[in-house]
Amino acid sequence: MDAAFYIASVVAIGATVLTITRTNAVHALLYLILSLLAVAVAFYTMGAPFIAALEVIIYAGAIMVLFIFIVMMLNLGERAAALERRWRTPGMWRGPAILAGLLLIEVAYLLLRAGNATGAAQAVEPKQVAMALFGPYLIGVELSSILLLAGMIGAYHLGMRKIEEMREEHGTHIDEGRVVASGDLVHAGADRADRAP
Amino acid sequence: MLLAAILFTLGLIGLIARRNLVFVLMSLEIMLNAAGVAFIAAGARWGQPDGQIMFLFILAMAAAEVSVGLALVLQLYHRFKTLDDEAPSEMRG
Repeated sequence: MDAAFYIASVVAIGATVLTITRTNAVHALLYLILSLLAVAVAFYTMGAPFIAALEVIIYAGAIMVLFIFIVMMLNLGERAAALERRWRTPGMWRGPAILAGLLLIEVAYLLLRAGNATGAAQAVEPKQVAMALFGPYLIGVELSSILLLAGMIGAYHLGMRKIEEMREEHGTHIDEGRVVASGDLVHAGADRADRAP
Repeated sequence: MLLAAILFTLGLIGLIARRNLVFVLMSLEIMLNAAGVAFIAAGARWGQPDGQIMFLFILAMAAAEVSVGLALVLQLYHRFKTLDDEAPSEMRG
């Protein structure tokens, strides 16, 4: 069991080193996702299977997808297409693939091995986590929900300011009705009926 | 614990060394994840669920932080047409 943890740790550290040394943002994100997956395997070997699943779903899933969207939004245009052709060289995928294959072998070994679920000496079950989370830590749950609401409103506000500036810059180029509709998500697309193709 | 320390140090190095704002945010994610690793290791060491609960809170905070941070990156990019983190330095401090 210790060996599995150490292999996952080495993969995590190696992927993190490669993350902070890449010059290409998408390659760095690929290694960062791999690092998070390796940390999830380490959590699994430490006896926290629920947190390992959350790490994969939220960190490696949701947050990294956000990063990838932003990187793609910032790299629009002809220059990005030329760079894309240059990046698409065979062999770029080998580093992440080797590390991910190592993790896959390790997870397969851990899952196929007979015996207890996590194999840790003292696994903390999701039921204990839930009992404590909605018991003494209830105020923390409420506070994190307020924090998420504040984050959502902040991101919405910062994203909307861009449209106002585009309107000032381009003036007549942007259709007035489209700007208003895209600023108001509730009524977005309400004016499409008479203009639809 | 050693894994957490190494990951945190790597995140700090990335935070200091890189100039691209997207890389700075990625380094922040690495550091938050390292703090979570420390909490999980401590929780597993004593067999208590508190460590996993603190990791859940770190997860929620990281999600909120990265959404606001990436919105700010978008704003800065549209205003300065660069991702250099010294472009908005207008205070001449």
